[in-house]
Amino acid sequence: MSTPAATAPRPAHPAPSRRAAARAARAGGAGPLALGVVTVWISVLVLLPMAAVVAKSTEGHFWTSVTSRQAIDALEFTLGVSLLVAAINAVMGTLVAWVLVRDQFRGKGIVNALIDLPFALPTIVAGLTLLALYGRNSPVGIDIAFTKGAVLLALMFVTLPFVVRAVQPVLMELDVEMEEAAASLGASGLATFRRIILPNLVPAILSGAALSFARAVGEFGSVVLISGNVPFDTQVSAVYIFKQIESDNPTGAAAVSVVLLALSLAVLLLIRVLERVRSRNAA
Amino acid sequence: MRLSRLIALTYLALLLLVPVGLVLYRTFEPGVGAVYDSVTTPAAISAFTLTLFIAAVAVPLNTVLGILTALVLVRGRFRGKAVLEALVDLPFAISPVVVGLSLVLLYGRGGWIDLPFQVIFSVPGMILATVFVSLPFVAREVAPVLREVGDEQEQAAATLGASRAQAFWRITLPALRWGIAYGVVLSTARSIGEFGAVSVVSSKVAGSTNTLTLLVEQRFQNFDLAGAYAASALLAVIALVTLLAMTRLRPRKEGAG
Repeated sequence: MSTPAATAPRPAHPAPSRRAAARAARAGGAGPLALGVVTVWISVLVLLPMAAVVAKSTEGHFWTSVTSRQAIDALEFTLGVSLLVAAINAVMGTLVAWVLVRDQFRGKGIVNALIDLPFALPTIVAGLTLLALYGRNSPVGIDIAFTKGAVLLALMFVTLPFVVRAVQPVLMELDVEMEEAAASLGASGLATFRRIILPNLVPAILSGAALSFARAVGEFGSVVLISGNVPFDTQVSAVYIFKQIESDNPTGAAAVSVVLLALSLAVLLLIRVLERVRSRNAA
Repeated sequence: MRLSRLIALTYLALLLLVPVGLVLYRTFEPGVGAVYDSVTTPAAISAFTLTLFIAAVAVPLNTVLGILTALVLVRGRFRGKAVLEALVDLPFAISPVVVGLSLVLLYGRGGWIDLPFQVIFSVPGMILATVFVSLPFVAREVAPVLREVGDEQEQAAATLGASRAQAFWRITLPALRWGIAYGVVLSTARSIGEFGAVSVVSSKVAGSTNTLTLLVEQRFQNFDLAGAYAASALLAVIALVTLLAMTRLRPRKEGAG
């Protein structure tokens, strides 16, 4: 295998074995230079800014900043509403995915495309949009602007696609024969769903719900208009951080940011574990 | 079946379709002329231009480095790969406000990095914020395609005497094209629509550091509801084009493997 690709750039490896040569070829385009460039890029762009936040948070009294009444109230509300949103998504997202995969009706393609709308629509527009229907000048007479319900609604909007898009492919690949076997053995529709289908979907539902949770915890754009930002009531952590930056309290902002950051990391880790479980099940 | 369909479609209608439809209706209620006037004021045109400019810088950067990142993550063998992978995903999970704060702390007054030009409350900071939030899209879309395509064709090319560069340009890149296209669409949409991170690092001066999303908020806060709707409609149209592109590209991307 004396190809130019395998021999030219590696003087450090004398007489490469077949396997080493194959490995070198596999690394095509991902040599040490590429690794270096990517490492620098990610470090400067992601790692360094995050390090600056963590460093800043330790300058003041971290614990005092995080446990100030306003910060705690915002954190509690953010976590509570995000958990609720994740739960709602787990149920409704699964249902929507189910209808999109198993049901047949006209316009299904359009509905399927619409699911991604919250990803495509800028968050500030999403907030304004919900405010038009469920705000002061609501044509249907529902005014929930500046309430906790409004925050919940905004978060439901922006996180809608996560569970649907996680469950859909799993549902498509699911073997119908198992269900038919269960039905032929006398299982009811509900029992088949609970015993056969649901267990197969659980990892996908959980990872979609975890993504919704992570997104909800940090959400800002869609919430900022509709929440009215009432401290101790409808203020979420992201808006709290924004207000602290505006009122020149970067230490306090950084402290709460670190809490959100830790949460994000934990959720990312959880999703990674879930994906590993899923791929092991598939194998 | 009937009941589940009814519940699912009602849910989607109340959450997505009716609100978006209503905003479009409210926008064009005063007539198309008024909307046109509202999105062609100097402030609106400048916001639109800046939005496009930022996307035009951020998206190509993230595309080139995203492809490179995917190559490194899929094909590279090195210690700390899991850490790098987690770092690439991090922008998805971080609050945009925290992104903005981190840039202020890094490049702002008394920050760690002192550049000879102004970054925070200026366009470079807004570009940095946008690059940050749209960083993972291309890498995340390209990596699975790369994994699926494998490297047999490239090895075959190598045994036939192709150089690394030739194999990359003629074999690898064409195989990745739909994954790349999908990633570019997603990161463009995110770049144009980003609000939180950009909001923190912008001075929000009309005509110089306002993007379209910032303009929407500003008009809303100034009780110019019609103007906010008009700017929103413009963004909604961009979103619909994005959606169309996503729908068109998805089967090709999935068929690529």
